Amino acid sequence: MNSPAPVQGRPPQPAKQLYEQSKTVHNKRVDGPFRRFKWAIMVITLGIYYITPWVRWDRGPYAPDQAVLIDLAHRRFYMFGIEIWPHEFYFVAGLLIMAGIGLFLVTSAVGRAWCGYSCPQTVWTDLFQHIDRFIDGDRNARMRLDKAPWGPNKIARRLLKWTIYLVIAFWTGGAWIMYFADAPTLVREFWAGEADPVAYITVAVLTLTTFVLGGFMREQVCIYMCPWPRIQTALMDEKSLLVTYKDWRGEKRGSLKKAEKNPDLYGDCIDCNQCVAVCPTGWDIRKGPDISCITCGLCIDACDKVMKEVGRPRGLIDYATLEDCDAEKGGAPARSPMKAIMRPRTLVYFGIWASIGLALLFALGTRSHTDLSVSPDRNPPYMLLSDGSIRNAYTLRLRNMESRPREMLIAIEDLPGAVMWSDTIAAENAAPSQTVTVPADQTLTVRAYVSAPADTLPGDFAFTLTSLDEKGESDRTETGFNAPGGE
Amino acid sequence: MAEKRIDEPTGTETVGHEWDGIEELDTPMPRWWVYTFYATIVWAIGFVIAYPAIPGLKQASEGMLGWSSRGQLAEEMSAADRARLSVREALAVMPIERLPADPGLMAQAVAGGAAAFKVNCVQCHGSGAAGSQTLGYANLNDDDWLWGGDLQSIEYTITNGVRQADHPGSRTGAMPSFAGAFSGKQLDDLASYVLSLSGKGEANASGAQIFSENCALCHGPTGEGSRALGAPRLNDAIWLRGGTREDIIAQVTNPKLGAMPAWGERLDAVTIKMLAAYVHSLGGGEDTPTPVAPAAAEPAAPDPDTPTPAE
Repeated sequence: MNSPAPVQGRPPQPAKQLYEQSKTVHNKRVDGPFRRFKWAIMVITLGIYYITPWVRWDRGPYAPDQAVLIDLAHRRFYMFGIEIWPHEFYFVAGLLIMAGIGLFLVTSAVGRAWCGYSCPQTVWTDLFQHIDRFIDGDRNARMRLDKAPWGPNKIARRLLKWTIYLVIAFWTGGAWIMYFADAPTLVREFWAGEADPVAYITVAVLTLTTFVLGGFMREQVCIYMCPWPRIQTALMDEKSLLVTYKDWRGEKRGSLKKAEKNPDLYGDCIDCNQCVAVCPTGWDIRKGPDISCITCGLCIDACDKVMKEVGRPRGLIDYATLEDCDAEKGGAPARSPMKAIMRPRTLVYFGIWASIGLALLFALGTRSHTDLSVSPDRNPPYMLLSDGSIRNAYTLRLRNMESRPREMLIAIEDLPGAVMWSDTIAAENAAPSQTVTVPADQTLTVRAYVSAPADTLPGDFAFTLTSLDEKGESDRTETGFNAPGGE
Repeated sequence: MAEKRIDEPTGTETVGHEWDGIEELDTPMPRWWVYTFYATIVWAIGFVIAYPAIPGLKQASEGMLGWSSRGQLAEEMSAADRARLSVREALAVMPIERLPADPGLMAQAVAGGAAAFKVNCVQCHGSGAAGSQTLGYANLNDDDWLWGGDLQSIEYTITNGVRQADHPGSRTGAMPSFAGAFSGKQLDDLASYVLSLSGKGEANASGAQIFSENCALCHGPTGEGSRALGAPRLNDAIWLRGGTREDIIAQVTNPKLGAMPAWGERLDAVTIKMLAAYVHSLGGGEDTPTPVAPAAAEPAAPDPDTPTPAE
């Protein structure tokens, strides 16, 4: 046991790091077309998110007047002129499929545009980074403040910053619940402490997630947590639009002074590091495309500005496909990135996406607002009445999807001599058809009794439901008539 | 066996085994896991003290909190009863003949009756309330009633039962046995005549005479039956105990009589009201025959003093 091996205890510093230490990204302010585009998208998406629940839409006295409302309590989904019932959930499923294929379509056409501009994580991270800049100053000031010891200034700034984070996070959660109830009522109830506990819990959870994901985790969500970049890597090919550093033009990089001395040795990149400084995820685009690059184009803005200052052509970093990059390297003229959009794969995705959309629109436009479902009593299957006739009982569900009460006619078809009455229509008034009023926007359950002459054999017949209004919508449901004979 | 050594990238000790170059790290339990484990031990000790846990010969130790599963059930049952209290109170003061005027309460009563029916009535009347022709349990779905099909009559029948000798208000009526009274031919004629009352086959004079002399007293001259005596209607298509010639002869020579307990002795008045509402709702319920008034007579209730035909 004389071996000198240092077995006892942990070594103070493991030789290799298995995990990368997370580094705070202090991205620099930049201006340019892509930055302005990002501003516009941020205003539009946040605007849609915060304002939509407050848009009103008159649907008459029997339905809520909120334009977009997911009314879970009453099982209705309202979206402007469209009202979806639970049995029409396939519309929502269709929209989700469209959203999925839409992501494929966008990825194949313009690469990770979703990640770069309109993903909520990107938008809120961008918003929070603007707050950092507003409170703590730009990149260098923020890095200094981060390193500085805790003092009154740092504490005050941090408290202010986190308070603003919290307010935005709370507002984000608060806007979310507005989609699920009448917004003005809910706001009043919320502050009066009368809202449903689930409203407070939802706001609390979303406040927390927005605060943590937008304020602190930021690019780590994109790089480590989100599955979408990983799926996208499988959707990308050499024809996909990427933010690319044209290394054949940029290398070998070197400062202006070095390049002036040896113009033949150095490329266009002056190694100013501006592309890294402005990157919201802290990636160095000169290392090539990576899961960290969300293709927001801010490095293009930064690099174009520098190239203009040093008098070199723009586009050292630019949107391009790898294929075009190679062609350009070989001497071909630069190809417009717009041309990358029109290619068979994109068109096929668009075709699928558009046909699902058209099919949904067609289904929506031609759907009936009247529906009849029938469930026959099975115990007992039939009943003999004292005059010898045979009675069957059915539970009918009459659905009126219009926002007004409607008179409807229930009739028996293909059952000779049969008459019907119900739990509300007395047997004395039995007739081959009956009129009922179905309340607005409801399903009326009617327990119907059908009696047929004694010699009726078991067989199929149908109930028909016809709305007695100018629309004359109708539905027909086959069911069976049970009787003693015929076995 | 290899030496235990510190693995370089992780800084963790190995277990000291090596299989074809593969070594295993002796990674210590995470602290949070160990503390959670200790916490569960503390929790278990507290649990044993607070709740019944240590088994004895007859019963487990009583926990300090006094909890028991029976107690929990009783609590939940009484909470459920409290929740139903308002409906039950409203039903208690509502005369049953006025129930149809309050559709909301009627619906509650029917729902409650359906539940009570499944517990108390399905054993004889069947889960679909269709009864049994073989066993002579009445079908409650049809429009033929032995003792009356309006709400009040149904409530009375359920409360007081049928042919309960020791219950004074019970529905009573009996069919005497005619075994040996008629020859085979006479029985055949009688059965033919009874069948003809509901339009099956031809009537015959001999059968008609036997019927009017022996049967019409209870079953009525045209076989319309008597609800006061519980004598079934014979001129309709519904047969309590089968409508074949053999069935009819069997019932004449060896009559079977149904019985039902007086549920008033076992169930409370509100439950019976709900049961009556449910049975009435099955499709054959009749309207209350007289105008609704508090003093309305019990039309189908028999006078207990009325002698039964058997006597």
